[in-house]
Amino acid sequence: MSQSKIKFDKKIVLSFWIILIALIIAAPTILPVFRLNLLGRYLSLSIVALGVDLIWGYTGLLSLGQGIFFALGGYCAAMYLQITSSSEFPNNIPEFFALYGVEKLPFFWEPFRSPAFTFFAIWIIPALVAGLIGFLVFRNRIKGVYFSILTQASLLVFFNFFNGQQKLINGTNGLKTDVTQLFGQMVGSESMQRIFFWVTAILVIGAWFFAKWVVKGRFGNILIGIRDDEPRVRFTGYNPVIFKTIIFSIAGGLAGISGALYTVQSGIVSPQFMTVPFSIEMVIWVAVGGRGTLLGAIMGAVFINYAKSLVSEALPASWMFIQGGLFILVVTALPEGVLGWIQGDGPRNLLQRFGLKRKIETYPSLEINNEAKK
Amino acid sequence: MNNKNLLNLIDITVSFEGFLALNKLNLNLNKGELRAVIGPNGAGKTTFLDVITGKVKPTKGEVIFKGKSLIGRNEHKIARLGVGRKFQSPRIFENLTVKENLEISVTTPKSPLNLINKNIKDEQLDEIERLMKIVNLSQKVNLKAGSLSHGQKQWLEIAMLVGQKPDLMLVDEPVAGLTDEETDLTADLLKSLSGENTVVVIDHDMEFIRRLDSNVSVLNQGTVLCEGTMETIQKDKKVIDVYLGRPED
Ligand SMILES: Nc1ncnc2c1ncn2[C@@H]1O[C@H](COP(=O)(O)OP(=O)(O)OP(=O)(O)O)[C@@H](O)[C@H]1O
Ligand SMILES: [Mg+2]
Repeated sequence: MSQSKIKFDKKIVLSFWIILIALIIAAPTILPVFRLNLLGRYLSLSIVALGVDLIWGYTGLLSLGQGIFFALGGYCAAMYLQITSSSEFPNNIPEFFALYGVEKLPFFWEPFRSPAFTFFAIWIIPALVAGLIGFLVFRNRIKGVYFSILTQASLLVFFNFFNGQQKLINGTNGLKTDVTQLFGQMVGSESMQRIFFWVTAILVIGAWFFAKWVVKGRFGNILIGIRDDEPRVRFTGYNPVIFKTIIFSIAGGLAGISGALYTVQSGIVSPQFMTVPFSIEMVIWVAVGGRGTLLGAIMGAVFINYAKSLVSEALPASWMFIQGGLFILVVTALPEGVLGWIQGDGPRNLLQRFGLKRKIETYPSLEINNEAKK
Repeated sequence: MNNKNLLNLIDITVSFEGFLALNKLNLNLNKGELRAVIGPNGAGKTTFLDVITGKVKPTKGEVIFKGKSLIGRNEHKIARLGVGRKFQSPRIFENLTVKENLEISVTTPKSPLNLINKNIKDEQLDEIERLMKIVNLSQKVNLKAGSLSHGQKQWLEIAMLVGQKPDLMLVDEPVAGLTDEETDLTADLLKSLSGENTVVVIDHDMEFIRRLDSNVSVLNQGTVLCEGTMETIQKDKKVIDVYLGRPED
């Protein structure tokens, strides 16, 4: 890799950091609460996108079912908030139970009285479910399109199951969180939302560092090896099943955290988190941002969703067309995604094509020329 | 069976929907041996490696390696027992650098936990240095493997094979697409590996095989047609028939 490219990467990373930190510090003061809350939501979505990048961008596993793990994290958070805010309701259980004549709290709600349990459940439960699904699928060597179809089928199973369980989790209506209490404050209140914004921003950065740590070094190289030539990895003595299960489970855990943060900032979790289009959108954010770049996943999630809200306000109903168009454009014109294109010297090539910049003999091209002369 | 014995294939039959790619194939290898396997296209040479490495499950027959049966074991388990393989067309990880490719091969143990929280051991780094020197890739350490020339890719894959430190090396057409000079170097490299390692080399290139100066097994239609030194097999009537004409007879 050439010197100039390394410097270029550093510049991107540095400017990203400056923008990010400035945004985080300034956002709560300059943005109206409505916008701040939207930004917080989109930042939380970037955590699920990081997981998609780990499994798809690095390992080649195109999951169309990340909504499952996203929703599970959301439900864990919402169950805790509802159960701990239900003292004034009949039987001291969440209000909705009365609608269906339920008087006794279903057993699986009990542990969610504990904040410690909930804190771990938010990411461990989705990670375990992902690990289990992943292990069964990978052990049977299901891959490629079959894997994608299977994850989407699982998503539909979960969606329908959650929709039907009125007496357990309020079915289609989902669980509201905005009128619940946390630390003596209303979750939907402005001050609480501001705190959630900070928490989300910190967790996005934490998740990013974590993902970078996972893919750096030999572990990440094995993931790339599995993506590019899985049998070769096997014949070298590695068991891809274990590696794929681990990374799928990590992506599930990230999705859970993402879902919990999204839930408390949007005020509700419902089976709508597990619709087919939403899980596909997660893939689109990563594809547009740039597969295998991590940063691209974050930027894709935030920018596309921000654009979505702006466009939807101005031209309702046109967003689906724009998003579809964006996806087609990226897949055909920038297959590496926006960040992948920038890192791959795309902008300079474009300028050169229009004669706006002279061709420079860079290290790699010299190397290639030498190679050719030999 | 004596204790010099490393590998036995006993009556291996592989049927692909009725087509017998291997037909009651028998073959024995001793420790430290260098063995060349030749045969016309479609003779079953690659399938024979597929059976040993666990990629293809034989319809009938038994594979014994170091006294253990390999049938029914997973590919990675067989690799860990000490069977390494180089593929017919070079299969390296093109998006990783030369060094990263070699790291993957020399790393032990090959468990996720070891990979994620430990750095590569110093002796493994030394081994990588040594391998890159042997195959002349020291200048290309940090280049993407995908940018190497065809010959360099072949050599990188051989280096990866050696780095795995297998007891048995299975090398499928290592000199396809190499220049004459590279071919000679490869032959010398493989020869130098035998003795300490057991090496099976598959190829079509007669000059190359001759240079290996080893025992040769001739495969045809899924069975071993004949075995012996290059001189013996060149005089064998059956071999002349399949190699020098009338393959359709
Ligand atoms: N998975 C498969 N399904 C069906 N037939 C197969 C399969 N793999 C190999 N064969 C057939 O088995 C026969 C032996 O193939 P193999 O690849 O072992 O030949 P080979 O000796 O390596 O040939 P070459 O010199 O061309 O590499 C061929 O006729 C091939 O078409
Ligand atoms: Mg072959």
